Amino acid sequence: MKFLSEFQDPDSARRILDEIRRTVTKPWVIMEICGGQTHAIVRSGIDRLLPSQIELVHGPGCPVCVTPLELIDKAIAIASRPNVIFASFGDMLRVPGSRKDLFVVKSEGGDVRVVYSPLDAVRIARAHPDKQVVFFAVGFETTAPGNAMAVVQAERERLTNFSLLVSHVLVPPAMQALLRSPLNRVQAYLAAGHVCTVMGWKQYEPISSQFRVPIVVTGFEPIDLLAGILAAVRQLESSRASVENQYARAVNREGNAVAQETVDRVFEIADRKWRGIGVIPQSGLCFRPEFASFDAERRFVVHEIEVAEPAECISGLILQGLKKPHECSAFGARCTPQTPLGATMVSSEGACAAYYSFQRNRSISSH
Amino acid sequence: MCLAVPGMIIERSEENGLPMGRVDFGGTVIPVCLAYVPESKVGQYVIVHAGFALNIVDEDEAQKTLALWRELNQGDFGDLPGERSA
Ligand code: SF4
Repeated sequence: MKFLSEFQDPDSARRILDEIRRTVTKPWVIMEICGGQTHAIVRSGIDRLLPSQIELVHGPGCPVCVTPLELIDKAIAIASRPNVIFASFGDMLRVPGSRKDLFVVKSEGGDVRVVYSPLDAVRIARAHPDKQVVFFAVGFETTAPGNAMAVVQAERERLTNFSLLVSHVLVPPAMQALLRSPLNRVQAYLAAGHVCTVMGWKQYEPISSQFRVPIVVTGFEPIDLLAGILAAVRQLESSRASVENQYARAVNREGNAVAQETVDRVFEIADRKWRGIGVIPQSGLCFRPEFASFDAERRFVVHEIEVAEPAECISGLILQGLKKPHECSAFGARCTPQTPLGATMVSSEGACAAYYSFQRNRSISSH
Repeated sequence: MCLAVPGMIIERSEENGLPMGRVDFGGTVIPVCLAYVPESKVGQYVIVHAGFALNIVDEDEAQKTLALWRELNQGDFGDLPGERSA
């Protein structure tokens, strides 16, 4: 396929890998933010091919993984109501809430539907004026434009039976929070390529200069990932810290202005809790007051439920790059993709699921 | 919900006032909203997340990157392609 196989060319990959080997002299910790990249790195074996000085740690860039348990429980409470059609991306259905998941709600007779686009949920609302249609709006800067457009469209069509349960998070504040942590190990970032298609890469300039950390915008194919790692290592080795774009075919400095404007029209920045990490100030989106009538949390009064994560699950530490999945005592035993204890085992973008699928188990050193 | 691969626009249309299209991902064809890439044309590749095309893949930039990695011989690594902040 075009724009795919060319970026998987093994000869080019080998050359970049050789250059990384020649460049590196010291140990470095590099975090890829995006769960899609974690998956691609583990699948292609890049983590095993890199010289031993380079440690890749896996970031919090998996929307399924960071949606708080409380919100999953709210989704379950709303989806269980008799007059509600609850629409969601498929990978949210298996995320364990504190007592059950959305699949169980569906099997108990709840009308839970998997959709591929938020516009599908608008379509369902149009077709079922007698039902309340709620869409589970999760994700990063990549899904916010679609969710904002769904609201704009529902408003244009005067649909009064459509609302969103919003759990939108933003990547740059999480990157800053990780760098501020006293436990931080991250020395350079691979920035999530597709978040940057929307937001551009200018957002990262203040972070890079304030924390003196190289940030390289990186794509998803082996050549992209290796080129991103090489660019980061070169900066680290020469004590430079700037934002570099190694994904120029998809990303420019400014991003997609129309998408940014639409998101900004519907949503505003708010504090958000990240599953496993906690509240990060100004790290998410909520409805602007003008669009509050589309807020499912207002439409359905769902009581705040204080819930605790399973004690064994160390996904919070994994999402901060402090631990690796195989260091969890439940990994591969009590916790598998079929019986996940934590969200990082549910999504294919979650680090635990990626390690499980590609058999990164205890026999491999923690590198 | 995060599709990493680009797909090709094979058809453009309008639905309920929104520009829509059908996008081919290596044989799997999916309806996609084109409201965020109003200038896109049939035959162009787009990056799609959750049913929305977020941008058009820049063919020239792709070729530049590929040529660089292909043509470089060992020891010939100069500056990497791509832009950077000051
Ligand atoms: S293996 Fe399971 S229990 Fe352990 S950190 Fe990952 S998701 Fe949590």
